[in-house]
Amino acid sequence: MALAVDDLKVYYRTLAGDVRALDGVTFSIADGEIMGLAGESGCGKSTLGKSLIRLDTRMRYVGGSITVDGDELPIWDDERANDFRFRRVSIVPQYAMSALNPTRKIGRMIEEVLKSRGVAFEQVEPELHRRLELVGLPESVLGLFPIELSGGMKQRTVMVLSTLLDPSVLIADEITSALDVSTQKAVAEMLVEFRNRGFVKSMIVITHDLSVLYQMADSILVMYAGKLAEKAPSDTIISSPRHPYTKMLISSLPEVGVRFAEKRLTGIAGRPPSLLDPPPGCRFRDRCPLASERCLEEPPFVEIAEGHQVACWEVAA
Amino acid sequence: MLRLDHVTKTYRTGSFGSKRITAVNDVTFDVEPGQVLSLIGESGSGKTTIGRMILRLTPLSAGTISFDGTDVSTLRRHGLKDYYRGVQGVFQDPFSSYNPIFRIDRIFSMIRSGYFPHEDGRAWRSKLDASLEAVGLTPGDVLGKFPHQLSGGQLQRLLVARALLLEIRILVADEIISMLDASTRIDVLNLLGDLKARGLGIVFITHDLSLGNYISDRTVILRRGAIVEMGATEKVFGDPRHPYTKMLLASVPHLHERWSGDAVERHSQAADDADASGKVAELVEVADDHLAAVG
Repeated sequence: MALAVDDLKVYYRTLAGDVRALDGVTFSIADGEIMGLAGESGCGKSTLGKSLIRLDTRMRYVGGSITVDGDELPIWDDERANDFRFRRVSIVPQYAMSALNPTRKIGRMIEEVLKSRGVAFEQVEPELHRRLELVGLPESVLGLFPIELSGGMKQRTVMVLSTLLDPSVLIADEITSALDVSTQKAVAEMLVEFRNRGFVKSMIVITHDLSVLYQMADSILVMYAGKLAEKAPSDTIISSPRHPYTKMLISSLPEVGVRFAEKRLTGIAGRPPSLLDPPPGCRFRDRCPLASERCLEEPPFVEIAEGHQVACWEVAA
Repeated sequence: MLRLDHVTKTYRTGSFGSKRITAVNDVTFDVEPGQVLSLIGESGSGKTTIGRMILRLTPLSAGTISFDGTDVSTLRRHGLKDYYRGVQGVFQDPFSSYNPIFRIDRIFSMIRSGYFPHEDGRAWRSKLDASLEAVGLTPGDVLGKFPHQLSGGQLQRLLVARALLLEIRILVADEIISMLDASTRIDVLNLLGDLKARGLGIVFITHDLSLGNYISDRTVILRRGAIVEMGATEKVFGDPRHPYTKMLLASVPHLHERWSGDAVERHSQAADDADASGKVAELVEVADDHLAAVG
């Protein structure tokens, strides 16, 4: 198992109190698995991705554990966690286009990043060239400044750099969201190719776009207001979701072929609860058509079929 | 009602304006009342520039935009104000469209003082209530609030309500739902559909093909500032003729069907070669109400 997360809680410190962005999250990712992490803004999906890499100063580790290939990842200890970064847990940031140091040539920057991990550039150079070729970049980009590359080229450079040391877990945070449809497809297929070739052992792809996840992910985890709602293989999530939130979310997505005049889709009324002081019980309760007395109690995240977990009283019963 | 005739926009860039970038190249189309026309294109296709030119936020380099037969670029003062009574825009980011220190009712009272200075309080109030109801909001819920207390969907609907107060006939909706969450965006889209039924003409600008397909009657596909295909939505989506449109449709991620093969790259390569010449390909009628570029 490449990654196991157990009851992880990470809160944001604000003047008004703790914002419970990640409130008891438990899941695991198998070797070779690409897991999609979906949810609306503010559901905690990016917080989850960030906590695996580095907690920023506003984030507070509250409890839970993370294991990468059987070793505990000490996310509460910034310095010890440093041994894991880039080597075993790596990230392709949301704004890959601005992730490169503008004052260094690409080659020199990569050299410096490697040096900081105690890896000699010469050692990985042949592999670096192979991988640049794979993503369709000429070797000469190493002698260029970031400003000389197009947005797509920068994105590919960052993808190659992030995975250079063959990490166990790669986090891709909204990397396809700002792209055009044709580029989006190319990037998604590239990530799958990286997994197929073993450059990364497992991947968490964070996005709000379920249709992109369906194209590339093996399994999809849906989050709602800091909690897990449902996890299942991609086909199951899309074709037979069980959690009412997942169901309503999927039925609200327009697809090419669906027309307003013929079939009117509906959204989900209401908005997620504030995470500053979330109500007890199921957090989807206020917007849920199936809500009952029982939902005042928090539903457990239970397995209802192999590889299919749901947090809902109505479904588990 | 609204007509764009051979509209072109060229930006000067580089030192002393030495380089020229053609953002919009010879675009012609019209919008009728009760019609949703979507402008679909990838980034840099000029779709936002067209919207800004319709709203007179950006001057044209060549061509004309006319509203009810009047050339829009000649309007000054009162004429321009009358034009804005009929044509309004809503933009992508609802969170930055508002002044954060004003309550919502103050935003509406600015409309009142600007456009309806002689209207008495009760008439104004009923007008305001009517336009809020038209976008599915309860006046009591939103009027006394600050922008940060409302959700993105509510803010976006308020912007539409603000435009409706002026009894507009054309709404330019530039990526109005791309910043909204999936569970609420469809409601804003349905709102556009309802407004269409009331006779409003809508220019719906988007990069998302599935949204354009869902809501629009007519579709214009843009590529690097020029129209590559346009016509009735079901024809453009159902029977795409231009390789670029086909490539776009093949790249759209579907929910129940996986991407197939690598035909996409080949098409885009072919399209790239075709427009390397920089000329605008001529639009030819391939079927009734369906035009596609050739060349």
